[in-house]
Amino acid sequence: MAEGLFARPKALFDIPTHYCPGCHHGIIHRLVAEVIDELDIQEKTIGVAPVGCSVLAYEYFHVDMLEASHGRAPAVATGVKRVHPDAVVFTYQGDGDLAAIGCAEIVHAAARGEKITTIFVNNAIYGMTGGQMAPTSLVGQVTSTSPYGRDLETAGMPIRVSEMLATLDGPAFIARVAVNTPANMNKAKAAIKKAFELQLSGQGFCLVEVLSICPTNWGKTPLEAVKWLEEKMVPYYPLGVYKDVQEVAK
Amino acid sequence: MSEKVLMKGNEAIAEAAVTAGCRHYFGYPITPQTEIPEYMSKRMPQVGGVFLQAESEIAAINMVYGAAGAGARVMTSSSSPGISLKQEGISYIAGAELPCLIVNIMRGGPGLGGIQPAQSDYFQATKGGGHGDYHTIVLAPNSVQEMADFTMLGFSLADQYRNPVMLLGDGVIGQMMEPVEIKEENTKPVEKPWAAVGMHGRTKPNIINSLYLKAKELEDHNNRLQKKYAIIRENEMRWEEIYTKDAKLILVAYGITARIAQAAIDKAREAGKKVGLLRPISLWPFPEPPFSRLAKTAKAFLTLELSAGQMIEDVRLATHDAKPVYFYGRTGGMIMTPMEIYQEITRILDGKEGK
Repeated sequence: MAEGLFARPKALFDIPTHYCPGCHHGIIHRLVAEVIDELDIQEKTIGVAPVGCSVLAYEYFHVDMLEASHGRAPAVATGVKRVHPDAVVFTYQGDGDLAAIGCAEIVHAAARGEKITTIFVNNAIYGMTGGQMAPTSLVGQVTSTSPYGRDLETAGMPIRVSEMLATLDGPAFIARVAVNTPANMNKAKAAIKKAFELQLSGQGFCLVEVLSICPTNWGKTPLEAVKWLEEKMVPYYPLGVYKDVQEVAK
Repeated sequence: MSEKVLMKGNEAIAEAAVTAGCRHYFGYPITPQTEIPEYMSKRMPQVGGVFLQAESEIAAINMVYGAAGAGARVMTSSSSPGISLKQEGISYIAGAELPCLIVNIMRGGPGLGGIQPAQSDYFQATKGGGHGDYHTIVLAPNSVQEMADFTMLGFSLADQYRNPVMLLGDGVIGQMMEPVEIKEENTKPVEKPWAAVGMHGRTKPNIINSLYLKAKELEDHNNRLQKKYAIIRENEMRWEEIYTKDAKLILVAYGITARIAQAAIDKAREAGKKVGLLRPISLWPFPEPPFSRLAKTAKAFLTLELSAGQMIEDVRLATHDAKPVYFYGRTGGMIMTPMEIYQEITRILDGKEGK
C-alpha cells in the first residue's frame, strides 16, 4: 500500500458497523484501534465485548475477543488476565452494562487493581433495547421508561462512575473524556493510550469514561445531540482526570 | 501424592484438581463446600496457580468463562444457592463450548434452605439449569475416593468435549473423611487452538461467543450442540450394579444415598430378600441401558433420593414404566437410615406398598 496520511487502523476490520448514524461508538472504536496499532500490541491484545449496543464489537476489532454476559465483562477480563498476565486485556462496556447490572463486577475489578483497561461509553441511556432509562440518565431526561422525565424521588440521581471508582485505591488511572470535537478526540485518544500504557507497565486498573451521544434514542439530530451532550451531560459529568498514579507519584 | 491419606471429600476435590493440572480457581464461600476455596487459597500459591475469591458466585463463574476461554484448565465450586447464581454463566459456558469443572456440594432448598446435605438440585444439574437447550456432563461420586477420581475425570471429559462438567456431590461426602489416594493421571495438557490468547501471528481472531443473531445460524449452532450431546450420550454413560442379576427389587440411588442403600441391601440379602442396587454415576447422560435390561428381570424399582423425587422421572423414562417405580425420599437435610430403606424394601416385596 502506498504511504498515506490517513488509513484505517490495522486493529479494526474494514467492514460496515451496525451503529446508528451519528453514534459515537465508531469514533471510540477507531481511537481504541489506533492506540492498539501505535503501541504495537495487536498480537497480544484480548478484548471483552459487553451486552448492549457494542455487543458486536468482536466483529469490528481485529484482535482475539470474548463476548461476555451482561455486565460481567470485568469478571471475564479478570479470568483472561489471570491466565495470560502478559496479554493486554480490555473491556468495552456501555453505561447500562457497567453502571447498572455490572456495578459489582466493575467496582471489585477496580478494587482488586485488576490489570485491565476498561473503555466505558456513557450515553445516558440504554441504546440496544430502544432507549430506556439508565443509571446515568440525567434527572428530568425523558426515556421510554421515564416518559415523564427521570424522577429524582423515585429513581434517584445518576451515578458518576469515574468519581465513584476514583475513591478506591486499586485504580491506576481514571479519566472522563468526550469525542464531541476534534480537540476532545485528541484528549480522548491520549487518555485511552495512557490507560493501555499503564496496563503494559503493570500499574493497575485503568478506566476511560467516554461521553457519547445517542441521536436515535435521544430523539435528536446528531448536531442537536452534540449540543445536548455539551449543555446537559458535561456539566453533570465533568471531563478530566480523576485518578492518575503517575501524578500521585510526583 | 500416591499413598492413601485421610481427607475430607471437599479437600480431596481440591487436591485432585491441582494434581489434574488445574491452576485457576475462582470461587466464593458457601457452606458446605467452603473447604474447597480454603484449601485452594493455600495450595494454589504453592504450585504457581491462581486462587481468586470473587465478589459473588456470578463473578466467579464469569471469571471461569474468561479463563476457560483463554485456554486454562479452570474450576469453581459452590453449593446449591450459589449454583443457582452461576446458572446464567453456565449457560454461556455451554453455549460458547468452554471446558471447565463446576462443583456443587448440595444442601437443602428451596431458597436459602439450610446447610445440611441434600440431593434436591438434580433437576437443575441434569436438565440444563440455565436458559437454552444445553447439557452439562454430571458426575455423582459416592465416596471421598470418587470425589478425587471424578474431579480428574471431569477435567478430561470437559476438554474432550469442550463442555462444562458438573461434579454433583452432597454435604455428607463433602464433609466426611475417608482414606483417599490421589492418583497421578489425566494431567496431560490439551491443545486448544480455539482459545482467545492473543493472535500471535494468526490473521483470524479467535472469538469466544454464544451470540448468533441470525435465526438460522443459531439453529445450526444448536444442531451442532445436540450432535455433540448425542456423542456424549453414546460414550459417557456410567453406572454401577450390585446384586442386580437375580434381584426382584432394584434400588436406584446415587451419591451418599447409594452408600446408605448398600447397607440396607446387605441386611435384606441376609434376610433372603433379592434386592440389588443400580447406581447412576453419570446423572447426565443418564445411564439408560441397565434400566431397560433390568426391567425385564426385576419386579419393581425403588428410587431413593434426598429430595422430594427428581431422579425418579428419569428412572420412569428409562424403564418406560415397564415395572412399578416406587419412591422414598427425605428432604431438608434429613438423611434416611438403612432401616428406613429396609422397611420400604419389605413393604414392596411383601406386597404391602399401596402406591
